[in-house]
Amino acid sequence: MLFMLIRRVFLGGVTVCIVSLIIFAGVEMLPGDACTQFLGEYQADEELLAQCRKDLDLNRPPIDRFAEWTQGAITGDLGLAADGKTKISTIVGDRLKNSLLLAFCAMSVGIPLALLLGVISGLWRDRLPDIIASTLAIFAMTIPEFVSATLLILVLSVWLGWLPGIVLTSAAAPASEFFPEILLPVIVLSFVMCAHIMRMVRSSVIDVMASDYVQMATLKGVPYWQMVFRHALPNALLPAINVVALTIAWLLGGVVVIEVVFNYPGLGRLMIDSISDRNLPVVQSIALIVASVYVCVNLAADLLTMIANPKLRTMYMRK
Amino acid sequence: MSQTPFIDIKNLSVGYTSRSGKTIPVLRDVNLSIARGDSIGLVGESGSGKSTLALAAMGYFKRGLHVISGQVQFDGIDMLNISRNDLQHLRGGRLALIPQNSGQSLTPNLRIGQQITEALRLHSDLPANDFDAGVIDLLSQVRLPDPVGLTDRYPHELSGGQQQRVAIAMALASNPEALLLDEPTTGLDVTTQAHIMELLRDLAKERNLAMLYVSHDLGAIARVCNKVMVMYAGETVLTGSTKQVLLSPRHPYAHGLLASIPRLHEASLPQALDGRPPMPSETIIGCAFADRCKLADKTCHSSPPPLDRLDTGEAVRCFHHDQISQLNQKSQKSARSMPVAVDKDTALSLVNLAVSYTQPGLLAKLFASQDTPPSTVDRITIDIKKGETLGLVGESGSGKSTILKTIAGMVPRQSGNIILNQTEPLDTMVEKRPSAYLRQVQIIFQNPDDSLNPRHTIEQILAQPLRLYYGLSGAPLRDRSIAILEQVRLGAHYLERLPSQLSGGEKQRVAIARAFAADPEIILCDEVTSALDVSVQAAVLDLLDVLKRQDGTTYIFVSHDLAVVKAISDRVAVLYQGRICEIGPVAAVYSAPFHPYTDALLGAVLEPDPDVAPRLTADDAVELSPPKTGCPFQRRCPRKLGSICETDIPTMQEIAPGHVIHCHIPRADL
Repeated sequence: MLFMLIRRVFLGGVTVCIVSLIIFAGVEMLPGDACTQFLGEYQADEELLAQCRKDLDLNRPPIDRFAEWTQGAITGDLGLAADGKTKISTIVGDRLKNSLLLAFCAMSVGIPLALLLGVISGLWRDRLPDIIASTLAIFAMTIPEFVSATLLILVLSVWLGWLPGIVLTSAAAPASEFFPEILLPVIVLSFVMCAHIMRMVRSSVIDVMASDYVQMATLKGVPYWQMVFRHALPNALLPAINVVALTIAWLLGGVVVIEVVFNYPGLGRLMIDSISDRNLPVVQSIALIVASVYVCVNLAADLLTMIANPKLRTMYMRK
Repeated sequence: MSQTPFIDIKNLSVGYTSRSGKTIPVLRDVNLSIARGDSIGLVGESGSGKSTLALAAMGYFKRGLHVISGQVQFDGIDMLNISRNDLQHLRGGRLALIPQNSGQSLTPNLRIGQQITEALRLHSDLPANDFDAGVIDLLSQVRLPDPVGLTDRYPHELSGGQQQRVAIAMALASNPEALLLDEPTTGLDVTTQAHIMELLRDLAKERNLAMLYVSHDLGAIARVCNKVMVMYAGETVLTGSTKQVLLSPRHPYAHGLLASIPRLHEASLPQALDGRPPMPSETIIGCAFADRCKLADKTCHSSPPPLDRLDTGEAVRCFHHDQISQLNQKSQKSARSMPVAVDKDTALSLVNLAVSYTQPGLLAKLFASQDTPPSTVDRITIDIKKGETLGLVGESGSGKSTILKTIAGMVPRQSGNIILNQTEPLDTMVEKRPSAYLRQVQIIFQNPDDSLNPRHTIEQILAQPLRLYYGLSGAPLRDRSIAILEQVRLGAHYLERLPSQLSGGEKQRVAIARAFAADPEIILCDEVTSALDVSVQAAVLDLLDVLKRQDGTTYIFVSHDLAVVKAISDRVAVLYQGRICEIGPVAAVYSAPFHPYTDALLGAVLEPDPDVAPRLTADDAVELSPPKTGCPFQRRCPRKLGSICETDIPTMQEIAPGHVIHCHIPRADL
């Protein structure tokens, strides 16, 4: 069990290392660098460029710079942004906090709602509750986020005036100041993520309800709701863990469209802005953070599945 | 013992609504009554409605099914108009079910103890403090070893036989008055099955239970039931005492069904029951069985026969039940093509073959761990002659399928050699073998549903070997495909069909056709009839035998069914834990002297004859890996001599030319 855990953490580390190498190499291979971008508007001559590259330490071989970058990244120091002044950890740190806040709010609404709706429509398969929930889910999955976001702004903010339609708080503000501006993006996000998880839970509940052991429980005289909670749901919700994990990773990785529509200062928008500004050090850092988030969340999901699934648990424990 | 009916099903019709809105019946006007102390066997092919009927006794219908008409009563209670609450009280309480596949019927996330406790909590008056003791008591009643340790286990940690016993223990928790058994021993090893049947028999007697036993296995029915009801296409076609139905069946279908079962004491192929039962959606005008019946005449095709009550107590749905004796004359069993001029040449030699599934892990390699488990298969040396059929028998875990897969090159071997045609050693893995060798060795798998690509038409399936080995295409390919289909008694009109449009038996014929398309020297048959109904099994066995006679093909035939192996093989090897116990000509292996394991296996076979009781010599313990030294059967052997069995590999004793027993017991005592 411990061995398995160590192995998984180690493999996760290796994955992040490989990803960081690919990110670094990718950015290296792009034409131009921080100096061409920085000096671009001044029609820089060769001399200025050379000076700049010397200042920013860009002349050393890529391997050295990669080593230095990774070393810094491990200790939380992501280096300086392309302007050579701002610390990346401050810019990214604020944005990461905001993304976490948004993800957390969306998750705490979306996941319980999705599980509940999924279970309900699975149990009442092809009946009214299922038809309503499933139809809504299909809408949520097929309507692009920017459309539903814009519609909600129109209804809730412009027409009814209940919620602010756009986020005006600055990136560095404390979490509490984002309320109530954050509510609209949270509603849209929960709507979208809810649909995916719900569909998955629904089909899993339907499978389990048709299984031999649920039939057996019924024929053993187990009352319906006891059967549902003891025999069906613990098995039906297992496969949901991985879908939930993927959704969480997606949320944390920055939900670009939503952030742009609502002007929300999260990681996704920073990423887009940095790409268009050629602020490559920031792009690298964000990519690295997102990759680590994916690895961590998936690791957590696998561990949780292992703990929750007696088959896997006994495989690692009783030996 | 027949008093007032305890379970009483009257004129029950059950059906589902098709897409076109028509009601399609799966049970048609069925009557069944069971008194206390009665034990009724429900027999029929898959799709005959027997499981539906059994579950109807509990007032339960699978999703989509509904009652069209009729009544279901349990001890005077109307099971079709009963409150949910009362129903929950009866189910698992006075009326308990032992399900078909316990592995799938036990909830995977609950421990054995929790699941049995639940039954106690719902249906017994035990105080909560006594639940643990109650669970342990139940587990020991079904003779499970280490009941205390077992309560903490999850279902997947138990063997099939243990899971089945847990299901029985759970059903007994409420002290039921009636038991419904839905194929409770299907998929279990012969010895396990025999032990469970004896357990059920004792329980039924002890508690004066009313039992309804659903099975397609007439051997099991013969053992536990005093009455039998035969169903066909959702109708009752014959009821009577077990003796009447199994020994002198008065309905042509029951007659055919019995004739299709291979018997241990007969050295011939069973008689196939041709055709297939009508689909529920087909409209039946006359007798549902008429199309497959040798006695059928005009009346049978035009008007449905009534269920006649006879003076002997039987009830028969047949116009010609007094002519059944004619069937006996008609069905002179074709004695099997005994030695098909077995060539002197060896087709395939296995030389000291060993297989191990446990690859030493990285850590074990690093520390040079001495603690490697013994090989799964070891010391297999057999020469198979051209045109011979070699049967491999043994329980699950005996390594019989592993040997086949190793020959096919699907499982790497640890050591030893496989030599084709005396001179050509085969590479370990199939990828490295030249195409000519591949063509010569073909395999047929157990389940055609898994071995045929569901998205390929039969034409595409058959074209593969023909293209690959003979480079055929266009018209010659099609002609050859049709010729092969006709060989397996399917016509050209099957070419465009998909496997899902075929019945189980037809699918297996296609799988056989695919193997023969390569015109191989050797065909490996891996439990090829286990997934089929008995009547279909007989037809498939017959087909294999005919094809072999035409082409002189060599078969290696793996099965857990001793009677099937006896019917088709020339020579048999009995395997236990991947080692040969006994090998020799069929007649010699199936008669004394025996290896103790062969004796245990043969004794446990349940014959479809109520007068033949099984002899249970060894327990049905499950061993996960073979012992490190000595005889593989040492732990279960009823005739173990002593420490020599634990330390020394048994000597090979040649009883007669070609008949070898691996055992320490001296030849005279075997």
